[in-house]
Amino acid sequence: MDFKPVSLSTSPLDQSWYEASARARLAGLLDADTFQEFIGPEQRMMSPHLPLFDLPRAFDDGMIVGRGLLEERPVLIAAQEGRFMGGAFGEIHGAKLVGLLRAALAVKPAAVLILFDTGGVRLQEANAGETAIAEIMRAITQVRTAGIPVIGLIGGRAGCYGGGGLIAGTCARLVISEGGRLSVSGPEVIETNRGAEEFDSRDRALVWRTMGGKHRRLIGAADAFVDDTIGAFRKAVLAAIPAAPSFDLATLEAEQARLEARLDRFGDARDATEIWGGLGIADPAAVPGLTTEGFDALLARLPEEPHHAR
Amino acid sequence: MPDKMALEAILAALFPAGHAVTVSDGLITGDGPLGAGRIAVVGIDGNTALGIEGACHLAGRVLDVVRAGGETPILVLIDSDSQRMSRRDELLGLNEYLAHLAKALLLADAQGHPTIGLLYGHSAAGAFIATALATRVLVALPGAHPSVMDLPSVARVTKLPLEKLEEMARATPVFAPGLDNMVQTGAVQAVLDPTRPLGPQVAALIAQGAAADIRDTRDALGCERGGRPLAHDIAARVVREAQGA
Repeated sequence: MDFKPVSLSTSPLDQSWYEASARARLAGLLDADTFQEFIGPEQRMMSPHLPLFDLPRAFDDGMIVGRGLLEERPVLIAAQEGRFMGGAFGEIHGAKLVGLLRAALAVKPAAVLILFDTGGVRLQEANAGETAIAEIMRAITQVRTAGIPVIGLIGGRAGCYGGGGLIAGTCARLVISEGGRLSVSGPEVIETNRGAEEFDSRDRALVWRTMGGKHRRLIGAADAFVDDTIGAFRKAVLAAIPAAPSFDLATLEAEQARLEARLDRFGDARDATEIWGGLGIADPAAVPGLTTEGFDALLARLPEEPHHAR
Repeated sequence: MPDKMALEAILAALFPAGHAVTVSDGLITGDGPLGAGRIAVVGIDGNTALGIEGACHLAGRVLDVVRAGGETPILVLIDSDSQRMSRRDELLGLNEYLAHLAKALLLADAQGHPTIGLLYGHSAAGAFIATALATRVLVALPGAHPSVMDLPSVARVTKLPLEKLEEMARATPVFAPGLDNMVQTGAVQAVLDPTRPLGPQVAALIAQGAAADIRDTRDALGCERGGRPLAHDIAARVVREAQGA
């Protein structure tokens, strides 16, 4: 007799995205057993710079890149491991993603997927990381111009901060979960520079409603809000690929109009709840507590669908 | 370190016959004559932090140039702080505004408007990525001092003594602030000579950019110059493995 646990699913699709490692996210997101890594950990391409700081290294430098299938269609995919150096961009970490995007121009996959989990630039390799981010953004626009959707997924422990936030803003579509945070300066950075009166980084509710997935979805900074499961991300990515906008003047003019309208409309808002109220949400204070189902229902009731040209 | 050149002096050197470039709230916009045509100018002056309004305004001007068509080049003059660090900027989606500005510059370049970055003062972090680093060719004037983070802040984060960091900074260009280090990593292609007329130097960069294909050569430069010993090879290896080699 088969024993099937009733309370604890072993399907990868039911695992928490937030809790999973980068490798588990990749494996679960793609069709089973289809992931093939480029420059895998067995090649031990480790940072040449971290030893200078007496810091431990990782065989994959916290960035995993490769190819796989998604509903039997070939995709290129990259995943950051937020548990190594906060998923930060160093020389090798960044160069692997640059290479993946350049490869996309040659092999023309159905999409490129980027699984963000990053605090931004790795300070110990700051100049290399910063330059890599610029190279990645240029490469993303070239891949999009070639008609290949570049989709970002945000739901990891480290969030998507610093230069990671700028790369995310360059993607054609973004999928985000409750645990995903998307921003440039993180709460601690703002607090360090401007004081706790400006941003109390220990106020988790403030962090979540200012940078979290629901707020980003509501203002149009992300295109899909999903449950914190690998299966939910997979389903949303499949929906996002055919909806990805091209990279051209029309798209950027639409984004310009969208961002100008946001400044006009909400430039004086002090808190996310004011923006949510302005969007026509009757009870903004209830938004953080909503389930994904409840949040989807609320989105469907809004007077206007969030704009999201990017 | 030489003093940075003032914007007025740079504009006078670039456009001896006069120009229509103005600065408002630290944002530079306008244009000037170049050869037989005009060159559009956008940028940031006075060590100004780049926030949501500034990024939106500059992106709008860049898209104006693209919409007008032709091959008008775009000069991006930068003396900025980092991105503006505030709760309000992040609440309203600073990452989108900065990415949008970078995308506008990248689109302009792809559609035949050569983009030249000219770093003449400071720049850092998100403001640097959204402006100077989003151009096709980035050059600098002596006295420019880009950084990702200043050494005292790096000391705080890494918990290493400042003296040790200063010593390490002399041994490797990979993490320390400064123009020389960004030249070594390949991010800054060249340093202009301020004793020679700037207009022809910029015109030469535009001609060089127009002749080149759209490949990003910064990682190759970083390898040649030793500031990024591995990036170019790693990216090339990924491309080879993806093609089944």
